[in-house]
Amino acid sequence: MGYTLAFEAISPIANTQVATGSFAYLWLLIALPLIGALVLLLGGSRTNSFGPLLAVLMPATSFGFAVYLWLQMLGLPKELRSQNLVLFEWINIGSFQVPFGFQLDPLSMSFVLLITGVGSLIHIYSLGYMDHDPGKRRFFGYLNLFVAAMLLLVLADNYLLLYVGWEGVGLASYLLIGYYQHKPSAAAAAKKAFVVNRVGDVGLSLAIMLMFVAFHTVTFAGISEKAEQGSATVLFLIGIFLLIGAAGKSAQVPLQSWLLDAMEGPTPVSALIHAATMVTAGVYLIVRSNSIYDLSVAAQNAVILVGAVTLLAGAAIGMAKDDIKKALAASTMSQIGYMVLAAGLGPIGYVYAIMHLLTHGFFKAGMFLGAGSVMHAMNDEVDMRKYGALRGIMMITFGTFFVGYLAILGVPPFAGFYSKDLIIEAAFDRSIIAGVATLLGAGITAFYMSRLILMTFFSNKRWEDDAHPHESGLTMTIPMVVLAIGSVSSGFLLTYNDALKSWLAPVTGYQTPEPPIAIPVLIAITLATVLLGVLVAVKLYLKEAARVAPTDVSIFTKAARKDLYGDAINEAVFMRGGQQVVNATTAVDNSVVEGSVNFIGRITLGLSSLVRATQTGYTRNYALAMLIGVALLLLLAAIVRL
Amino acid sequence: MLITTEVFVQPEINWFAISPFTILLAAGVFSLLIETFAPRAARRPLQLALVFGALLASFAAAALLLGTETLTAGDAVAIDGPGVLLQAVIALVALVGAAGLAENKVDPSGDAFAARASAIPGSSDERAFTAAGWYSTEIWTLFLFAAGGMQLFVVANDLLTMFIALEVMSLPLYLMAGMARRRRLLSQEAALKYFVLGAYSSAFFLFGAALVYGATGGINFNDIAQAIPGRPQTATLLMAGVVLIFVGMLFKIGSAPFHQWTPDVYQGAPTTLTAFMAAGVKLAAFGAMLRLAYSAFGALIWDWRPLLWAIAAITMFVGVLAALMQTDIKRMLAYSSVAHAGFLLVGLISGTNAGLVSVLFYLAAYAFTTLGVFLLLSLVRDANGEANNIDTWRGLASKSPLTAFTMTFLLLALAGFPLTSGFIAKFSVFAAAVQANQMPIVLLAILASAIAVVFYLRVVVLMYFRAAESTEVAVAIPSNFTVVALVVSAVITLILGVYPQPLLDLISQTPVFIR
Repeated sequence: MGYTLAFEAISPIANTQVATGSFAYLWLLIALPLIGALVLLLGGSRTNSFGPLLAVLMPATSFGFAVYLWLQMLGLPKELRSQNLVLFEWINIGSFQVPFGFQLDPLSMSFVLLITGVGSLIHIYSLGYMDHDPGKRRFFGYLNLFVAAMLLLVLADNYLLLYVGWEGVGLASYLLIGYYQHKPSAAAAAKKAFVVNRVGDVGLSLAIMLMFVAFHTVTFAGISEKAEQGSATVLFLIGIFLLIGAAGKSAQVPLQSWLLDAMEGPTPVSALIHAATMVTAGVYLIVRSNSIYDLSVAAQNAVILVGAVTLLAGAAIGMAKDDIKKALAASTMSQIGYMVLAAGLGPIGYVYAIMHLLTHGFFKAGMFLGAGSVMHAMNDEVDMRKYGALRGIMMITFGTFFVGYLAILGVPPFAGFYSKDLIIEAAFDRSIIAGVATLLGAGITAFYMSRLILMTFFSNKRWEDDAHPHESGLTMTIPMVVLAIGSVSSGFLLTYNDALKSWLAPVTGYQTPEPPIAIPVLIAITLATVLLGVLVAVKLYLKEAARVAPTDVSIFTKAARKDLYGDAINEAVFMRGGQQVVNATTAVDNSVVEGSVNFIGRITLGLSSLVRATQTGYTRNYALAMLIGVALLLLLAAIVRL
Repeated sequence: MLITTEVFVQPEINWFAISPFTILLAAGVFSLLIETFAPRAARRPLQLALVFGALLASFAAAALLLGTETLTAGDAVAIDGPGVLLQAVIALVALVGAAGLAENKVDPSGDAFAARASAIPGSSDERAFTAAGWYSTEIWTLFLFAAGGMQLFVVANDLLTMFIALEVMSLPLYLMAGMARRRRLLSQEAALKYFVLGAYSSAFFLFGAALVYGATGGINFNDIAQAIPGRPQTATLLMAGVVLIFVGMLFKIGSAPFHQWTPDVYQGAPTTLTAFMAAGVKLAAFGAMLRLAYSAFGALIWDWRPLLWAIAAITMFVGVLAALMQTDIKRMLAYSSVAHAGFLLVGLISGTNAGLVSVLFYLAAYAFTTLGVFLLLSLVRDANGEANNIDTWRGLASKSPLTAFTMTFLLLALAGFPLTSGFIAKFSVFAAAVQANQMPIVLLAILASAIAVVFYLRVVVLMYFRAAESTEVAVAIPSNFTVVALVVSAVITLILGVYPQPLLDLISQTPVFIR
């Protein structure tokens, strides 16, 4: 293990530098993909020929620039690493002042590298994956738009600008989920994602409003400076509202229902947006708001609760899914549950949340790309029950997928071992219940991921007759290999010499967890749980899997297959409840409101016909009216003079 | 007066200062010569060249005069900030209005005017003239005099000059109102009504002028203003004169209870003329009214304010209530213009510089929106000419999305929605009145505005949310004249709504009448 065992506590450094030198150009990071999106989406079919290549080039250039900035930042002393660049005064209304400013500090730098790095790889992969799609220019345009919006989200130096990026990624996600417009299921999924995300967005906007009311500022620096002045209630409420926002974007219970449906989008989208980056925005939001959560244990507990419930719910759903992408999506939900839980632990967990986020970005994106590669080979079949025994045919896909599999299981020395294990330790430090939840989650993860990999690459052939699987081309396999390398090495690299900890601690703060169980023992328990999960899966699926999903299953399996009734609950509680509210409002509106409106309307119309009656059309009547008017005016003048 | 005892002193005339309206009036005379001497085929092109040339020259002169403050022609004319600004706006409005009047593609028989005004409606003569494709090019002579009269009206600095300007403006309009190519009888009835009632109101004005002269011993606004504090014994006489003069002006701006000619004349007159008339007369008459109230009778504000307060309130509500029930869109807009006169009076009674600035802005904004609305109206037609019944506008958006959209935008401007000039105009007028402690009338005005939204939006709803019933109603493809006029109107309505500051600054630079 790379970390030191001695207890250590680091407080966040509140110090931002005015960006100078190359940092003054950090807006380029966002501008490049944005230009790409504009050219592709506004340029129309003229850009069909060079569009996709341009779209790949833009985030790749951003990535190159990001690496350059990162190296620059590494050269700076810790307390000078937070760079602030205000482009202009964005809103200046009385006491409400918001700069259009960016903040590049180690936390956002990590995200920028992840977004542009994984983003570039997935752009390259898409070149192959979307090669035959006639509308790929639009696809790449949306993808660039997403990258730009996501970079805006993580680079904003205030919550309002973050909100713009937040909405931007929501829009891009909506457009990309519904990319296969001709499929009603894709359109419905896009709409669902949009609507559910709105709920979360309301939470975020309430948080921003409350921040402004309570602290008269919405900049990160301002909030962290003034948070201590806030009352416990205000801090708790802001924390809860932020959590609602995070839950919507990161598919956490109770706003999780959209993520599984979002798999209707093209697979590269699932890999980039719905696995590696956008869905982790909620984790970013919580970690970024550390100054709020550090002061409200109640809000932290709510975050932990949401994370724990989601990690178990996602794992449970993952066990029952036969659709390879939905199984991976359930796994994403569950893994983000881990991150959210870690973020709820406060300074003990922030670093680990981000660490797991980064390693997860590698291995989950890699596995999604692997799934896409399998689908590509199997005529876009997503049902794992129609796969089987693919390991010999798709060597590279299998190899990279297997690396991702070992990583998510947390097998040492693969990436997930470092990050997940640290979260489990930190969770035990906070409470036994949280710890057990993470432990249990690890076991279930091992089961469903083993089930997935066994059903796909091992066991018996269950292919459709017209399936002729083959390995994918280089544009697809190279990104998979690169991500696999990341899945192997990232965990070690991030913990070696406390790299990530000392990198992030100045922003998030840090505290060594002290779990009640000795750490080596805990590691052993975890690995044993994981092994148990694997063994169960091997016993059930290694030899043979049914081609058709069995129907005589337990109530738990049925529930898990139906996403634990997430949709049914939504429908019963929100849709039906909403309809009742609407009905009641309509009734009140019809009787009370409309009644009074009609009454006013009748009076107005009555007066109106009275006026109209004077319009006889006869000149003599008009002249008489004028004369009466003159007389009355003269009379009035006389009265006024008296 | 010019003649004092025995020596006639020829007044000094600053020709440059009076050039805006002099150009137009001279062009009117020249236009008459064209009518007399030019061959029939050459008249229309010559007249159009003359009209547009003269209007451009007049606008340029007014623009050059901005910021000038001088009295000239024996103090009969006061060239000052508000006056010159209004002259410039009138020239622009006349340019757009002339473009509308020049339209000859929409009606298959020619422009909007009778082939020969002398022909009896429905007679064989009329048919023959129409078949020959003749034009009444005399309208351009009349148009130039009307526009020149408007420009003189806003700078007239004594009661007689003002009266002459009033008549120079009005008489051509009476005539032109009766010259519609279609529905001649309606048009002639409207013209006669307009003329008779106009003469009646002029009588009140003249009588008022006489009383004021009797009370103050002067007709020049400076003399009147100087004399007011010094002659308490003639105060009653003076006030009666002021009331009667205001009656003459209130008639022209179309405020209740002197408004009843408005719907009949707006409906009967050729629609393209209605556009110019509704915009131009409102500008000119309100400009003159402002000068009377602020310059000549400024000292009497405590006396006239309650009267105009009552008139404003009645006018707003008569306008919006009557408009609610209209089925003819031209009549509806006529009542809407009555209501707008009321809103303008709200600004006027504030009696402050802010009030003056806001009313001037309102006038400019309202003039272009009104031009646009009426010109658009002239394009929606069926076999009998314009389709003015509101029901025939059903589903227009599906047939002509651009027309429906532009109409919606202009109607929203009239209703005072944000991002249109109407919003800024209303807002600044109401704000000025609130500053001047006129809160009650502002509350009434807001209530009236709320009612007004109903009938404006009714048209929008019909256009967008109802299926078309008759198929014969269609939007005619106009010539470039109308297209340019419409674009200018709509663009100005938009610009003044989004970026009003330059015009507001320009008005605020010299917001004072001199006398």
